[in-house]
Amino acid sequence: MDTKIPAELGYTSEHEWVAVSGDTATVGITAYAAEQLGDIVYVEPPAVGSTVTAGETCGEVESTKSVSDVYAPVSGEVAEINQNAVDDPELVGSDPYGQGWLFKVSLSAAPDDLLTAEQYAEITGGDSE
Amino acid sequence: MTPTPSDAPSPRATPLHAVHRRLGAQLVDFAGWSMPLRYGSETAEHRAVREAAGLFDLSHMGEIAVTGAQAAELLDYALVGHLSALKPGKARYTMITAADGGVIDDLIVYRLAEDDYLVVANAANAATVREELAHRAAGFAAEVADRSDEHALLAVQGPRAAAILAGLTATDLDGVGYYAGHRAEVDGRPVLLARTGYTGEDGFELFCAPADAEPLWEALTRAGAGEGLVPAGLSARDTLRLEAGMPLYGNELTREVTPYEAGLGRVVRLDKPGDFVGRDALALRAESGPAARLVGLAGRGRRTPRHGHPVLYEGRRVGEVTSGAPSPSLGRPIAMAYIAADLPVEPGADGLAVDVRGRAEPVDLVPLPFYRRER
Repeated sequence: MDTKIPAELGYTSEHEWVAVSGDTATVGITAYAAEQLGDIVYVEPPAVGSTVTAGETCGEVESTKSVSDVYAPVSGEVAEINQNAVDDPELVGSDPYGQGWLFKVSLSAAPDDLLTAEQYAEITGGDSE
Repeated sequence: MTPTPSDAPSPRATPLHAVHRRLGAQLVDFAGWSMPLRYGSETAEHRAVREAAGLFDLSHMGEIAVTGAQAAELLDYALVGHLSALKPGKARYTMITAADGGVIDDLIVYRLAEDDYLVVANAANAATVREELAHRAAGFAAEVADRSDEHALLAVQGPRAAAILAGLTATDLDGVGYYAGHRAEVDGRPVLLARTGYTGEDGFELFCAPADAEPLWEALTRAGAGEGLVPAGLSARDTLRLEAGMPLYGNELTREVTPYEAGLGRVVRLDKPGDFVGRDALALRAESGPAARLVGLAGRGRRTPRHGHPVLYEGRRVGEVTSGAPSPSLGRPIAMAYIAADLPVEPGADGLAVDVRGRAEPVDLVPLPFYRRER
């Protein structure tokens, strides 16, 4: 599995990625996290319209062996969830930075404390692109 | 996200460690051993074992030789089973308990010859089992010796296992019945060939010299190439055994339960002659009935009950999950759990739930095993 770390995204030490476009952020889990989890069988993103707070848990990703919390990497209101990933959780493992995204947030504040790809690579021992 | 990579200090490597690395396995520390959790998709490995065959490295298991003129008498005294009645060439699933009946380990015992037994223990319990057996051997003309370092263990499990093995051995596999173990040659190498397993499928376990493990693995891989054989890790092994309703030590079996709670009272041979460790406590438990009941649960939703989650009945806590996983064969979460023995629930009952991380998930009580192969 390709666990390259896209340079243009922001990351958390809890293995979420964030793509910021204007005042909207798209959130998913990293390829490294998906690889560690194994076959993903269930994802539960936060509810549309709910408020998420950076650093707090807001969802679950469950694999055969374990369940992990998803931590909100940014603060704001959940604008959209990826229903395709809910219906077909394998997408999160097979295309974590693409079709496997989890949810979008309307930012209430500019994100801070996100890691760069290089910094995230140091945590996971992987290679940034 | 909080994945937990394997970073514990220097677990032991099995003789197949280099093979696992070459195959790109995700390795985890399991009972002090570095073991393959999965090679690719654990769900695909699970399905391969159900539909074709899987190849497992089980070299972490402990092998203890019990030999001598009174080996049979010692095992009758030390274990709950009637091992003196076992015929040479046969194997038996049994347990070793403490004096209070609490389970120390579940075991497979092979009688290789009249005065020669091999006791196979779980990796985490192997040292304890060996010490207990040595302690209980006082006064018997029998020797207890740890032979774990002299054995590697491979398993070929699945409906194609016999066909795969048949091409590598002159032994008539039809003559190797379920729970039988024979000296045999596979790919020209001496093995103890046993028709045992932990997957709910037909299959074989091969005990061999550590130096023969890699050549045997390669020979089995070549022989299985056209049969759908894939290497399979501990993750698939766990979901396979759970579907088959088989207990795992540390989950369903602990010092806190007797075989009766686990629904395995049949392994306690109160009818055998002579005293054995745990007899008084186990006879009382057989008389009074188990203190708890091991049941199967199937989730109605998609969130999976896991080890330690509380079981609820009409909102009240009535037990605890021992093992749980999403079942590849059933397509829904399954779990085993201990519930209060007197709880009046039967399959089809409403009102049962599991507290999965703070939210009650409705579950159905279902008969064990969850999965039974067609024969």
